[in-house]
Parts: sequence; C-alpha cells; structure tokens
Amino acid sequence: MSYNTIKELLSMAEERNVLLSQIVLETEMTLLEVSKEHIYNEMENRYNVMKSSAKNALFEKRKTAGGLIEGITKTHYDYTQKNDTISGNFINMVMSRALSCSEVNASMGKICAAPTAGSCGIIPAVIISMEEALGLSKKESIEGLLCASGIGAVITKNATVSGAEGGCQAECGVAAAMAAAAAVQMKGGTPAQSVEAVSIALMNVMGLVCDPVAGLVQVPCAQRNASQAVNAVISADMALAGMKSIIPADEIIEAMYKVGKMLPMELKETAKGGIANTATGKVIFRDIFGK
Amino acid sequence: MNISIFDVTGPVMIGPSSSHTAGAAKLGRIARLIAEKPFKKVSFGLHGSFADTYKGHGTDIALVAGALGIYEYDERLSKAFEIAKEQGIEYEFYKIELDDMHENSVKITFEFENGEKCDIFGSSIGGGQIKIVKINEFDTEFNATAPTIIINQYDKKGVISHISRVLFDYNINIAVMKLSRTAKGKNACTVIETDSSISKEVVDELRLIENIISVQAINI
Repeated sequence: MSYNTIKELLSMAEERNVLLSQIVLETEMTLLEVSKEHIYNEMENRYNVMKSSAKNALFEKRKTAGGLIEGITKTHYDYTQKNDTISGNFINMVMSRALSCSEVNASMGKICAAPTAGSCGIIPAVIISMEEALGLSKKESIEGLLCASGIGAVITKNATVSGAEGGCQAECGVAAAMAAAAAVQMKGGTPAQSVEAVSIALMNVMGLVCDPVAGLVQVPCAQRNASQAVNAVISADMALAGMKSIIPADEIIEAMYKVGKMLPMELKETAKGGIANTATGKVIFRDIFGK
Repeated sequence: MNISIFDVTGPVMIGPSSSHTAGAAKLGRIARLIAEKPFKKVSFGLHGSFADTYKGHGTDIALVAGALGIYEYDERLSKAFEIAKEQGIEYEFYKIELDDMHENSVKITFEFENGEKCDIFGSSIGGGQIKIVKINEFDTEFNATAPTIIINQYDKKGVISHISRVLFDYNINIAVMKLSRTAKGKNACTVIETDSSISKEVVDELRLIENIISVQAINI
C-alpha cells in the first residue's frame, strides 16, 4: 500500500487516524528498506544544516558573486529586532530566516535543497519559526519536515520542482505548498487541513515565472524565498480557519504543471525574460559577465 | 511512491545552484575516480550554459573542488582554488562546443606526471545529478548513483563472460551493463553498474583477465 497522489496520501492518514508524516515515514521505510531511526536521524542532519543556513547571514553579510543581495538579511533582521514592523515579529522572523538561507546559498555556503537550492529558504524559515513560536520539540519539527517532504515527493512525481521546467511556481511555489502542509500539522491541524493549505499556497503562486537577474540565484530569488515563506504561513492559517480550496490539490498540482509547460522558455530560468530582461537587469548581466 | 523524500528535501550541498555548483563538483569528483592516478594538471572545457554562466555560480570553483576529491556538501569547496595551489595542481578553463551534448556539459582532461592524458565528458542534468557520457574515445552513459566498474579491454571473444564470472564469484549482481568499442577487434569499454559495492579484490581479479587493459571501480 502506497500513495502516488495527495488524495491517496490523505485517505491513508484518515483511515488510520494518523498524521500525514506517519504515512510518509512508513512509505520511506519501505522504499529505502531502513529503520524509523535511520530516517529520523537523516532528516535531523538536514534540519541541522537548515538551522545553520537560516542563521548564518542574520548577523553579518556574506560575500556573493555579483553582490546583488549582500547584507539584505542583516538589514531585515535588524529591522525585525526593533519590534516596529507592519506585519509583526513572527512574519518578519520568517522572512529573515528565508533571506538568510538565500544569502548563504548565494555565497557558496552550505544549504539543504528544499526542494531546490534556489528555494532552500522557505521550508527552514517556516519550520524553525513554528518550532520557536509554539515551543515545539525537535521531533515535532522533523515530523513537519517529513510531512512537507511527502507532499514534495508527490509533486515531484506528478509535476515538476524544476524552475527550468515549470518556472518559480514549481520551485518556490512548491516549497511554499510543502511548508504550508507542515505548518498546519505543527499547529495541530488535521491532515485534511494540511492538504487544503497545499492547494491554497499553490493557487496563490500559480504562474510565477523564473527570471533571475544575470542568471544568478539572488534577485528575485531571495525576495521570493521570503514572500513564499509568508505565503506558506498565511495559507496554513486560511486552511486552519476552515477555508476550502474548492479545487482538489491533485488537480491544482496538475494545473501548475500545465501552466509551467505553457510558459515560454524566456521565463524559465534562462534570464531572458521578466525582471532579468529589464534595462537594468541587462546592464547588471554585462557588468558581471563582461558581455 | 518511488521517489525518496531525501531526493526532495536534499541534497545537502554548497550553493548556489544544484546543477551549476553541486552537479559540477560531482562531475569533477567522479571524473577524478575514473582517471584514478595522481595528476599534475586538470583542464575544463566548458560547454553551453556552463560556458556562459560559470562565473556567477562558482561552477569553475566547484569543478576544481570535485577534481580534488572534495564532496558537494563540503564547505572547503569554496576554497578549491587555494587548495589546488597548496597541492601544486594546475587548473585551467576554456570554452568548447560539444556537439549534441546537454547544456551543462564539460570536457575534463587530467594530465599525469608521465605526460599521459585522460579525457572525461559529462553533463550536469539537474538537481545535482550527473551523467558521464564519454571516457577517452569511448561513448558510455552512467549516472554514478550506483557502484560502477569501468573496464577497458581488447574487443575479443569471451572477455565479457570472464567479467561476469568474477562478479558472480563475488556475489555481485549486475544492474546495468553497457559495452562500446572503437572498431571491431580494437579497444572496447565496458561500464557495469552493480547493486553492491566493489572491493579491491574484485578489481584485482578483473585485472588478471586476459585482454583487459584497465579496471576502475567507483563506489558511491
């Protein structure tokens, strides 16, 4: 017994009245022929890398090729620390952590792809901030990661998580959907609410293009990590409030995939469209690559 | 579900790009294992997107790091140029057009102390995954996700049956086997992916087979 769709994953959890992460865990144990402890340890290793990358740019800027996002994390973290923001401390810490992962990644630091390197800040930002804000255990965070990863595996199987194939919606958008499912579980919501959060997060990001300035994983990637981490949090809240997505998650995933295929190649990681192809974007490209 | 959650949440890697950084480092690292011998110089012919955008993604640093044996997740990766200098290893980059190859491809040439060279062609195919497509004059294709044996032999009858006999004796199951040759009766190359790791004893035994020129094992 296994799942290939979100619907199947959800019904397996509901039949046994267990968390989504439990079904994901058992499926992985069968797939890799390993123990539960092995999977928890392996995921904890990844979580530790995520925690470092979510912290390492908060206090000092990191040197990056082209320097487009150097220091943006510290600036945002310092602003957050003043406790005088519009969207509050939690949301601003989520953004600070997402930015940190992006800045560390751009500076050739160590990150955990989730699901890609370009979108590596979203899941850590949400899960670490949830753990901190709700006073959760590390085990609950790792189960959040399992929940997110199970959703990501279904999307990888039935659609894509590649920016070159599906645009930013497939990278940062999918990361937001994964993080939203985890956030609902960590807040004590039901598996069905996690699935609604996946749908809502993906609806919110449908069609987002991949248009990196100068082809670097910096602008708008860092900003999209911050905003999609926030998308995950608000999608989780909408689902927890009882919102229904109307369209089932598997159909939204299929729609996202089809939209990705419809996007012209200029808008899929080639740096030939979107903000990469603006007058200033082209100047930056020439300055860095000398042509 | 046949996709591991660790392929979704992962790999742990040095940024910024799974294809242009992690994949490049893995290409360098696997190429080093194929070349096997200590080398004094390594050259990288960059093709397609590798040639156009390598500077911004540290592809050059990652390739050198891999050639030095540094893993994709090792934080020493970003210091590869300095480490190469310390070890007295020369490196260079140039642009090359490789016909019909993936956008992110590289020709890696190792130069050994005795003046001999080894050319390895490979591509970074996304998500940190790679494929090796050519070793010297031999076309091949493997992803280095399973233990792999690379054998150079003379194209003579019976060599393959001797190889499979050795693997059988050591209880190694063959997952994939690919054979190519330059011309009938000339040199041939066999690439075997296996389900279990390949010990030194297996490699030594394979080297004893008549008409086999060289054997390398890559244990993942």
